[in-house]
Amino acid sequence: MFTPHTPQEIEEMLRVIGVDSIEALFERVPAKHRFPKLDLPEGLTEMEVAAELKEIAAANASTEDFISFLGAGAYDHYIPAAVDMILKRGEFYTAYTPYQPEVSQGTLQAIFEFQSLMTELTEMDISNASHYDGATATAEAAILAYHSFRGKRKKVVVSPFVNPQYRETIRTYMNGLDGVSVVGDQGDLGIQADFTELSDLIDKNTSVVIVQYPDFFGRINDYTKLVEKAHEQGALVTFVFNPTALGILKPPGAFDADIAVGDGQPLGIPISYGGPYLGIFTIKDKYIRKLAGRLIGETVDEEGNRAYVLTLTAREQHIRRERSTSNICTNQGLLALAATVYLSLLGKTGFTQVANLCYQKAHHAAEQISKLDGFELAFPDTPFFHEFVVKTPKPVNEINLHLQNHWILGGYDLSQDYQDMENHMLVAVTEKISRDDIDEFVAALEEVTNA
Amino acid sequence: MKTPKDLKYTKTDEWIKVDDDQATIGITDFAQDQLSDIVYVELLVDEEETITKGDSIATIESVKAAADVNSPASGTIIAINEDLEDTPELLNSDPFEAGWIIKITLDDPAELDDLMSAEDYEAYNEEREG
Repeated sequence: MFTPHTPQEIEEMLRVIGVDSIEALFERVPAKHRFPKLDLPEGLTEMEVAAELKEIAAANASTEDFISFLGAGAYDHYIPAAVDMILKRGEFYTAYTPYQPEVSQGTLQAIFEFQSLMTELTEMDISNASHYDGATATAEAAILAYHSFRGKRKKVVVSPFVNPQYRETIRTYMNGLDGVSVVGDQGDLGIQADFTELSDLIDKNTSVVIVQYPDFFGRINDYTKLVEKAHEQGALVTFVFNPTALGILKPPGAFDADIAVGDGQPLGIPISYGGPYLGIFTIKDKYIRKLAGRLIGETVDEEGNRAYVLTLTAREQHIRRERSTSNICTNQGLLALAATVYLSLLGKTGFTQVANLCYQKAHHAAEQISKLDGFELAFPDTPFFHEFVVKTPKPVNEINLHLQNHWILGGYDLSQDYQDMENHMLVAVTEKISRDDIDEFVAALEEVTNA
Repeated sequence: MKTPKDLKYTKTDEWIKVDDDQATIGITDFAQDQLSDIVYVELLVDEEETITKGDSIATIESVKAAADVNSPASGTIIAINEDLEDTPELLNSDPFEAGWIIKITLDDPAELDDLMSAEDYEAYNEEREG
């Protein structure tokens, strides 16, 4: 037990506050709740515990064992071995913000490189040093927009095709802000909705319009008109993007997005049960004063050597207290480094190649699956990147149970989030999937229909 | 350090200049000197809004610090100094004239009675500098 105080110190403190004993401090808690008897097994030795944990861990299976067609926000990409080697260097191995930042030149340089890569990827003006994940970055985009109108615009318009978990996070974060309403996100527009319906929700009371690109169903939508409408009404536009897709798609900056956010997990970060991931947050330069977190800049020291400094922390909690835009303080430094190393290793050519492979393989898989009896593409006329929706002849969870026998992780069951999407599977295909893997998947699906 | 005689001063280094039922509000020479180079002014209020004495009306960021500006009086805002958005350095170069922040119509001129005169404010500064 950790006991920081000596009996003399405890006695002294009790005397000062005028209490006789430690127990007296808990007087208000009914006695029977103070130290309830816990139903715990007998203690084990270290060796016994290790053996038990090993046995429990053996029940786990990962994408090392399974062929995975599961995406829906987290993607199983190949991670070059050098990413982990560099991350594990002692000099980098902390997630913590350096509190005397300029001493940590290596960390600052890594963040500077990360920011530069993110702005290049998105064609946005400025990137901060990261948020927790894609969901929180998206919610923080809504908060930034709210504050940039000083709370006067009360409406947040969210596409129903934004990742359902992100939509939930937006609602959680906006909850408690005076009179703010989140609209469009409840899926009440229907899955075949086009963006004119979303567009009709945008008015002078709208602070931000949030869309996903490619959307949750993997579709590549042209948001040009929607962005125009939002800007006509003076509202901001946030793109939630998949970074891998930007290897071949027109970037959010070219759509005139005001804010572009995304999850950096596909950039060299393992899926690992849903986290820790990396939130990417980029903006047009006019919103820099509202940007959460920190910005690192490059300069020269008094001897003319290249040096990195903490250039701006305008909205950070330790400076602005209750008036900060966000309470984020410690960025995902280690994971931002992973993304930086990943992108640097691949280079522009390699990264485009990954995106192209994802695209080609996904399209091959879609074509093969759509040939099966009982299976068809839900949106056959809409372009997609590396994820697509398949209508299935049986409930998706039933199919997935069958696929598990073949060591295949099937796609995401969309009926979990969309009422009118019973028997709809969201299938993701990354560069890790081979042609043989796709053949196996298709054959296993065929078995399901014949069973 | 300038301390114009016809103004009233607060302990948090704002000045207010009264002209009948209207008043102009800004920060003092002492305040801008303490903050050093001002790089950004964020106005937290807009024309036609009503404010109460003590409300934050703006946040000033300098290369050294970020500081809130509190209104020395209650009233309705009739003008904000839009030049500060692009030229925040006006607060350094001319805090009592070109660097004004907002103009209001006063709810209750009697509220100003407990503010300091120029002499009191100078004495207050000397004490703090001491």
